[in-house]
Amino acid sequence: MLIQLRETGETPLPHEGDKRLAVGIDLGTTNSAVAISTGNKPEVIRDAHGRALVPSVVAYAPDGAVMVGEEARRELLENPGWVVSSIKRLMGRGVEDIKKLAGALPFEVAEPATGESAMVRLKISGRRLTPVEISAEILKALKHQAEEALGHEIARAVITVPAYFDDAARVATKDAGRLAGLEVLRLVNEPTAAALAYGLDKDAEGLYVVYDLGGGTFDVSLLRLEKGVFQVLATGGDSALGGDDFDHAVAEQFLRERAEKHGAHALSPAEVAQTLATARLVKECLSQHSKGEWVLDAGDKSSRHTLTRPELEKLIAPYIDRTIGICRGVLEDAKLSASEVKGVVLVGGSTRIPYVRKRVGEFFGKKPLADINPDEVVALGAALQAEALTAGSDTLLLDVIPLSLGIETMGGIVEKIIPRNTPIPVAQAQEFTTYQDGQTAMMIHVVQGERELADQNRSLARFELHGIPPMTAGAARIRVTFAIDADGLLTVSAQEQTTGVSQRVEVKPSYGLGEDDMARMLRESLDHAKDDMVKRLLVEARVEARRAVNAVTSALAVDGDLLDNTECAAIERALQRVESALRGEDREVLNAAVEALDASTLGFAERRMDRGIRKALAGKTVTELEDSSATGS
Amino acid sequence: MNTMADRQTFEHSDAKLGNGKLATCWSCKGPVDRGALFCPTCGIVQPPHAADHFQRLGLNRGFDIGDDVLSRRYFDLQARLHPDRFASRTATERAASLAQATALNEAYQTLRDPLSRAAYLLQLAGIEAPTEASGTVADPELLMESLERREALAEAQLPEEISKIVAAAEEDAKACVGVLSKAFASGDLEEAKRLTTRFKYLNKLAEEARARLSRAPC
Repeated sequence: MLIQLRETGETPLPHEGDKRLAVGIDLGTTNSAVAISTGNKPEVIRDAHGRALVPSVVAYAPDGAVMVGEEARRELLENPGWVVSSIKRLMGRGVEDIKKLAGALPFEVAEPATGESAMVRLKISGRRLTPVEISAEILKALKHQAEEALGHEIARAVITVPAYFDDAARVATKDAGRLAGLEVLRLVNEPTAAALAYGLDKDAEGLYVVYDLGGGTFDVSLLRLEKGVFQVLATGGDSALGGDDFDHAVAEQFLRERAEKHGAHALSPAEVAQTLATARLVKECLSQHSKGEWVLDAGDKSSRHTLTRPELEKLIAPYIDRTIGICRGVLEDAKLSASEVKGVVLVGGSTRIPYVRKRVGEFFGKKPLADINPDEVVALGAALQAEALTAGSDTLLLDVIPLSLGIETMGGIVEKIIPRNTPIPVAQAQEFTTYQDGQTAMMIHVVQGERELADQNRSLARFELHGIPPMTAGAARIRVTFAIDADGLLTVSAQEQTTGVSQRVEVKPSYGLGEDDMARMLRESLDHAKDDMVKRLLVEARVEARRAVNAVTSALAVDGDLLDNTECAAIERALQRVESALRGEDREVLNAAVEALDASTLGFAERRMDRGIRKALAGKTVTELEDSSATGS
Repeated sequence: MNTMADRQTFEHSDAKLGNGKLATCWSCKGPVDRGALFCPTCGIVQPPHAADHFQRLGLNRGFDIGDDVLSRRYFDLQARLHPDRFASRTATERAASLAQATALNEAYQTLRDPLSRAAYLLQLAGIEAPTEASGTVADPELLMESLERREALAEAQLPEEISKIVAAAEEDAKACVGVLSKAFASGDLEEAKRLTTRFKYLNKLAEEARARLSRAPC
């Protein structure tokens, strides 16, 4: 009998060859990047031209062609109507959110059809597209770039999200990954990923702040670093604040100057896009130079504009003030002061602006760290986490929920269920009762945010509990459990306590896609969607089969003496059938072999439990029992 | 507060096995000590068993647990049980890990803050954790103190005055922790309950005062 003996808790990870390697993806507002890590050495994956950053820009030509990155950005000049940029700002957003940004975003928004969720849909080149589909195009391009560079298929990824992303935006990001043909192993918060990239480099210990100002989002996280543990203590931010706002401020300034000269006139979406592109150049230029002059062409008139660095600083100061205020709030949440912070890490392209560095440095009283390229650091951290999840790691990320989770009660008041900055995963239960005799259903509205009134917070989902046993009002006790997993995603389950009638509800956010939508998009988007699904199921079945084989071989090693030769041979045969099915490609055969293995060990399991009980009654623990049998064999 | 994790996915109908000391490993179906994190035979992660927060983190029940010891236990256990360690494993292993990590977080979150730790200790002793309404009114001395401080805060206009109130409340809260520790150590639960109520009140006052400070222009 050939049995492999393994240390407790050290069953080997399944190996599926290189294609089981996972990449780390920073899906940014302005730029995205993909990286891979082997042996704790993360590297950004470049394209054929040596470029690491892929502009988060997608262009849809009327003939159906889709372009991503530089190629799409070039269309901005010729065919601005085909082009979508900064789509991240719309992830998990609804139509009414977009109206608030109206004018700021050069998109044409389609009204939702009846029965559709409130998720925003854009009209581009005659197509109706959700932010999930548009983001999926960026992810597909990154996946392709990685596959070209590495020479093999990439099917799994860690994708980063702003720490301050709410549940709807997180779900949208995960859905985009699925649509791009990627299994999303984990959503990691961007500041946490950046800390991971820095921490491993520097072996840092103590309190660190990550100040992450990107194109469209601002995040700040306070972390405690200690012997490979990255513990997020508090996080804050604004999911609609970033470099894009600076561009808008500059563009508005120029348009005001223009209106004084030529009189006000409405700009076409294309002209808005061009003005914003110019404004971005202005901002970038003034990080290097103290002054510059630019020309705006719109309609048949052109205008000249000058801007100095101090003038730019004045334009963006209100936004920087907001970020500093958020930093102060995060320190307060953690009951810490700025002087206790050991280091400040800068992340995101907008932290290249000298004024941002100056203000952050002043607030924390120390020169911020920016040794790692702020555009690449998040992808590098994501790659490290991807390696940790697939190959194992000594580091540990402990993150928190960024926004409080609550439910709407009578009068629209929010009752907090899980306060912000609670470590995840987390679960909390709340008991509800019925208010009418015979009531069998109940609606629960889940919101996320810090405000007192439900409608001032973000609506995540309304879900209905059905099948409450009819009782007099107030007699039913329905325990609803709100659980947040390690991705920061919410699941709600409910159970009536007196009868035990339970119901599990997967929350589909108010701004999410239904399973039907998702299935249709997968069909339309991926020619190989079905193949991918079959492959994934086979991989899962193999992981499960290896677990079963390990369980039985371990049990035989310890308690094999409980079996006679015939019984032992029967189990051995069942094991061999699983082993041979594992070498094949047929999932059905594999699953059947595992079931047969389970069945062949039923009697064995009973005898093992009997032995365990006898030992336990004799006052021995199983661990002692194992120790004695190990020395005996 | 109950441990959610106990209810999720895993049912332990075998509670009476081996005098209640044993459970069955869900994977190899062999015996496992109740509360073991991994099966000694096949090495598979087990779902969490019912335990109080102190047991969960391997600490002696008491008010003085030491922040360092608490963090170290928590980190060590999360390092073995966190879902990140099981990303490539079977769905059942992932669910067990998720439930374990959730239970650990609940224990850590409850015990790391001295106020919720005190309230939890009282709850374990069968004493209803004091709520603002019942606690404040029942204790005339605290009621008086509360009224005076609240009046001072309402009258304070300048940031320096408010800062002073915050500092005083924080200092008194700190002192409160010291006395609480003694009360729990000597088993005087009535005193512990009174102090916990006061502690809670001081925290709340400091928080409100701080909120006024951050609203004030700087």
